[in-house]
Amino acid sequence: MKLAFPILGVLTAILLSYALYMALVVAPTEQTMGDVQRIFYYHVPSAWTAFILFTINFVASIVYLVRRKPAADIVALVSAEVGVVFCTIVLVTGPIWARPVWGIWWTWDMRLTSTLVLWLIYVSYLVLRRFSASGETPVLAAALAIFGALCVPFVYFSIWFFRTQHPQPVMGGGGSIDPRMLHVLLINWLAFSCFAFLVCWSRYRLEKVQRDVEQAHAMASLGQSSRSTR
Amino acid sequence: MPTPAGVTRATLLKDLRLEWRSKDAINSMLFFSLLVVVVFSFSFDPTAEESRRIAGGLIWVAFLFAAVVALNQTWAREIRNQVLDAYRVSPAPANSLFLAKAFGNFLFVTILEALMTPLFIAFYQLRAVGPAWQLLIVAALGTWALVVNGTFFAAMSLRTRSREIMLPLLLFPISIPAILGMVQATTAILTGEGARVWIALLLSYDLVFTTACLLLFEMVLNAE
Repeated sequence: MKLAFPILGVLTAILLSYALYMALVVAPTEQTMGDVQRIFYYHVPSAWTAFILFTINFVASIVYLVRRKPAADIVALVSAEVGVVFCTIVLVTGPIWARPVWGIWWTWDMRLTSTLVLWLIYVSYLVLRRFSASGETPVLAAALAIFGALCVPFVYFSIWFFRTQHPQPVMGGGGSIDPRMLHVLLINWLAFSCFAFLVCWSRYRLEKVQRDVEQAHAMASLGQSSRSTR
Repeated sequence: MPTPAGVTRATLLKDLRLEWRSKDAINSMLFFSLLVVVVFSFSFDPTAEESRRIAGGLIWVAFLFAAVVALNQTWAREIRNQVLDAYRVSPAPANSLFLAKAFGNFLFVTILEALMTPLFIAFYQLRAVGPAWQLLIVAALGTWALVVNGTFFAAMSLRTRSREIMLPLLLFPISIPAILGMVQATTAILTGEGARVWIALLLSYDLVFTTACLLLFEMVLNAE
């Protein structure tokens, strides 16, 4: 187990470098947008990775509420943190892409708007975790995660309906994708997923150690106080 | 053994009686509502035609502020006298307490809305082009959406640091679809377009989140 982490780290580094090379050099240049379009290979995989992580957060929260396993709570925390990071990447690369292509930094189109709301919901989850006292945080956070996940279909539907009433320029375009581009996209997604997994694993271990230390301190102070009263 | 409905009614009446005697919250809320409407009138000074398009948003932002101020004091009384602990050890169902609080807040915010609306109508010369009675439905559904989640999140924020700011931080993101629905429905009714889809959205939002609150409240209450 100890060797698995550095091996995976090296593999991820290789995969990320390969994916970078594919995205910047090998992938064909887009017809209308030119080289700027290559941001697509970061924007889209980040979004997919964020969605997967938020789904993991939802499942882990339910598992925690039902089984009360501390490991599930740590998985929920970790997946939310890393998911927010990837979601931030989506929200930053989006405007960077939009500016040269559409001339505007932001537009309230369906995808960007719903990603922003998703980001807000999970940042509020992290705020709750940060601000609440340690005893009951896991239960409260799990409840909030469930609320957030329930909210997601409403977010998508309401913004979709809002936008079909008042159409705006769509970012990224619909339609079919060149198979070579799809290939590069999937490689980047694989690289990002491995990286996300690595970060989550590392953060999991860190959190577990922190909790073990806190618990050890608590037990030690209990032991000391009972000794002193005897 | 009192029924859950009986417990809800008793708790709600208790809250209303306490509020009626002290008139703490209602006085400050009244003045706050008036201030909000006046500040908005200075900030947004549109013509009568423009106002119909943006009034939906303005009104609901004002109601949102009023609701947050009302919600923040929901549980304050219970903590002061350790009523919450007593409730936890009693056999009374947790949901009765939740519903009593939620109904109380709903009543409260509705009174505030009823007071603020004529002011808005006067200051913005509002007149609904579409069916005005639908505005009552939108108001009820929208207020319930804010209040049911707000009461739940207020309970969750009880033991957090910076309790007062936690409530809006948790409530606003989750409420975004509902806020969009309320604002769009109100604007649609004022400008004479169809509001049906938005009303349906609000109704389903209310059903889903009321159910979620009722299912999870006991756990949250016992977690404190």
